Amino acid sequence: MAEDLLVANGLVVSYGQPRGLFARGRSSATVLHGVDIRVGKGETVGIVGESGSGKTTLGRALLGLVKPTAGSVVFDGSDITALDERARRPLRRRMQMIFQDPMSSLNPRHTIGRILIEPVLLHGLAESHQAARALVYGVLDRVGLSRGTIDRYSYELSGGQRQRVGIARAVVLRPDFVLADEIVSGLDVSTQAQVLRLLKELTGEMHLALAFISHDLSVVRSICQRVVVMREGRVVEEGPCEGVFAAPAAAYTRMLIDAIPLPTIDPGWLTRGASVEATATV
Amino acid sequence: MEHWSPTSTTATTDTGPQPPSVAVRHARDPKVVFAGGFILLLIVVAIAAPLVAPQDPLAQNLLMATVPPVGFTDAEPGFLLGTDGLGRDVLSRVIFGTRVSLTVAFVAAGLACLIGSLLGLLAGYLGNLVDTLISRLVDVWMAFPPVLLSILLVAILGTGLHSVIAAIVVIDWTRFCRVVRTETRGQAQMDYVVAARTIGFSRPAILFREILPNVVPVLIALLTLEMGIAVVVEAILSFVGLSVSSDTPTWGGMIAEGRQIVHEAWWVLAVPLAALFATVVAFNQLGDGLARSLDPVLRR
Amino acid sequence: MTMPRLSIETLSAISLRDGNRPILRRVSLAVDTGEVHGLVGESGAGKSTIAKAILGIVPSQVKITGGRIDFEGRDLLSLSASELREILGRDIALIPQDPSTALNPARRIDAQMTDGLRLKRNLLASEARRRARALLEEVQIRDPDRVLSSYPHQLSGGMRQRVLIAAAFGLEPKLVIADEPTTALDVTVQKQILRLIRSLQERHGTSVLFVSHDLGVVAKICDRVTVLYMGKVVEQGATADVLKSPRHAYTKALLAANPRYDRPDTGLEPTPPEVIAALRAEIAAFDASAMGSRDG
Repeated sequence: MAEDLLVANGLVVSYGQPRGLFARGRSSATVLHGVDIRVGKGETVGIVGESGSGKTTLGRALLGLVKPTAGSVVFDGSDITALDERARRPLRRRMQMIFQDPMSSLNPRHTIGRILIEPVLLHGLAESHQAARALVYGVLDRVGLSRGTIDRYSYELSGGQRQRVGIARAVVLRPDFVLADEIVSGLDVSTQAQVLRLLKELTGEMHLALAFISHDLSVVRSICQRVVVMREGRVVEEGPCEGVFAAPAAAYTRMLIDAIPLPTIDPGWLTRGASVEATATV
Repeated sequence: MEHWSPTSTTATTDTGPQPPSVAVRHARDPKVVFAGGFILLLIVVAIAAPLVAPQDPLAQNLLMATVPPVGFTDAEPGFLLGTDGLGRDVLSRVIFGTRVSLTVAFVAAGLACLIGSLLGLLAGYLGNLVDTLISRLVDVWMAFPPVLLSILLVAILGTGLHSVIAAIVVIDWTRFCRVVRTETRGQAQMDYVVAARTIGFSRPAILFREILPNVVPVLIALLTLEMGIAVVVEAILSFVGLSVSSDTPTWGGMIAEGRQIVHEAWWVLAVPLAALFATVVAFNQLGDGLARSLDPVLRR
Repeated sequence: MTMPRLSIETLSAISLRDGNRPILRRVSLAVDTGEVHGLVGESGAGKSTIAKAILGIVPSQVKITGGRIDFEGRDLLSLSASELREILGRDIALIPQDPSTALNPARRIDAQMTDGLRLKRNLLASEARRRARALLEEVQIRDPDRVLSSYPHQLSGGMRQRVLIAAAFGLEPKLVIADEPTTALDVTVQKQILRLIRSLQERHGTSVLFVSHDLGVVAKICDRVTVLYMGKVVEQGATADVLKSPRHAYTKALLAANPRYDRPDTGLEPTPPEVIAALRAEIAAFDASAMGSRDG
């Protein structure tokens, strides 16, 4: 059982707008209804759910990008929900994020070099620009990108290469925790395999805690030790991957697993579970 | 500082689609070259007007009134594009008129851009109360009829270049504010802004390093468009006599005079009109070309 | 041995913008009556180009350089625009990939669904609406009247896809082209939609060309499958055969790269570089011989 690094308790996130000038009542959408989650040091936890499950919001709340309406997020002993932006800054180096769409997460006007070197300089991880550049070369080597990438712009790279840059950016500061938000959706299955393998290697080498958000249970199985299943803002089930996949306790988890099409011949698959599922008023 | 061990066993080449070929970084867009060249030429002409103009633009010579341009019958050498009703050389007047037009174009458009963009950036990035205040201000401001506003300004400040510039700035800053606000808001939603936050950059740093560079292409296009508009507004105001004193040659003033004698001396109207037209087109094309060549995404 | 409903024979195409790079390399495949045929490949393999070629909507930068698309004895590539229009919608229909962009946000569902019915079948507005309602019931929408009166943004993704499927099958076409119809949907909704497509297809005896990048989806709904790589067919056959005993190294690599929830440590094997190299060599050899036969 890994020592806890990140613990969230009773997270509630609502987006509310007061109606009109004389607020007669808030029209609010509650995205998370009291979520508990823990990530241990060096542990990879998968957060799965369909659309509307709140998994993306949970991820952002864990990083302190979204202010919860209630609940707490404790990172290595400090309650980050209680801190303001300035106090949170020193912690930023230790909690990083990889995004789904590398096109919108890499500034098109910056070279890859600038994207990777500036964070290093900001946090004082290198004494000079030269030293930072050398460090970045090392990271590029590690993620399998050519050194020439440092002078390229994001639009000059392929989808897989861009995602590697995203990974490089997340790990260059040597954080303790990384949040990966749907990072392989939209990649070809072969590129996906490369990215997942790289991530798995890195988390092992760097003893990195990883929260891996995905709608794809099979992907989660390939790299996660534990899994948290979410539905409509609530945790439905959580536990070690092996246990949850082999014998899911919740009906929703069973339904999710059953809906996954494996590349096997299974004539009864299509009609199985027809009466249990949500009807077509959705 | 531990360094990275390059023990990667993953392949360095993706099996994904080939990346797009590297775009020539500073592509020489023909629009930028030609339009920019023309504007540059105008600037040179405006600065060196006393040297370039063949005649004194203010010198009247009633014996040489309404002489047609060279190439037509009764033309006079030395008056390449003819003379107006008071015998003044049209070409020299057009050349000196460049000074007024370009001064207004750069100063007025520049100030409107500065004020509007600053407010637009703040509104778009800070949101909430700041945004509400600035947006309401813009809404109310834009409700005033622009023509009335400019006449009012001229009445208060008196005729002259300063009033023309003031009028343009006071009316058109809102255009920049709105566009920049929208662009900034759009940029602020991008994941690379979120990424910058997770890395720990401060809010002002994010505004200037991540957001502003992506707003600049739109801004430049709008600025050059505004320069064209400023030139036309000045022409209109000098047409109705609200701009500089009637001694200083302006294109609008020339058009006003030329309109009255268009049947006898069409060139007095046509030449400044052509100059106006060419200048505005040049500004627009320059803006279009610059927006393209500055935007790395479009350049592909 | 009856004639297949759709027969693509040695279809070739190039990209004019990319220095005449080949997009399709003599692709051949056949879809029988009542068959669901899967067209599988990664992005850039050319699957959507094939679908577009059938529908006659190939983009202007793509040029078809050879082959035929035989549909009921007629070569679709040689038909005029008006002849093609006759066939489309009536005999060939499309289920598009993204339900949110395939529907006009400014028009209600009933208007969009009855367009085709009124145009192709000359139905009156009231008859068309009744037929649309019946179609929505067929795709198991519980409240068809509410859906008909709705605008697309008021419906969920799965619901919109049902509407599109209803519209596609509505004119009882002989061939439906399903272009990654479940890629944008949640996995539980995907299963419902796949089930729906299969049942409609069985009921009407429709042939389906099912384009997908997902081998799992293809395994569950397709009778036969064609595997594409860079515009070239690398493997073809009954789904059971291809999945259980794949012959081509690429197919094997694709299967290995797919993560499976029932097997940990799958999904971490990218296509080995030797396989890629062999594929590239195969393609280069093909291109060389194609050039040779053109000059010869």
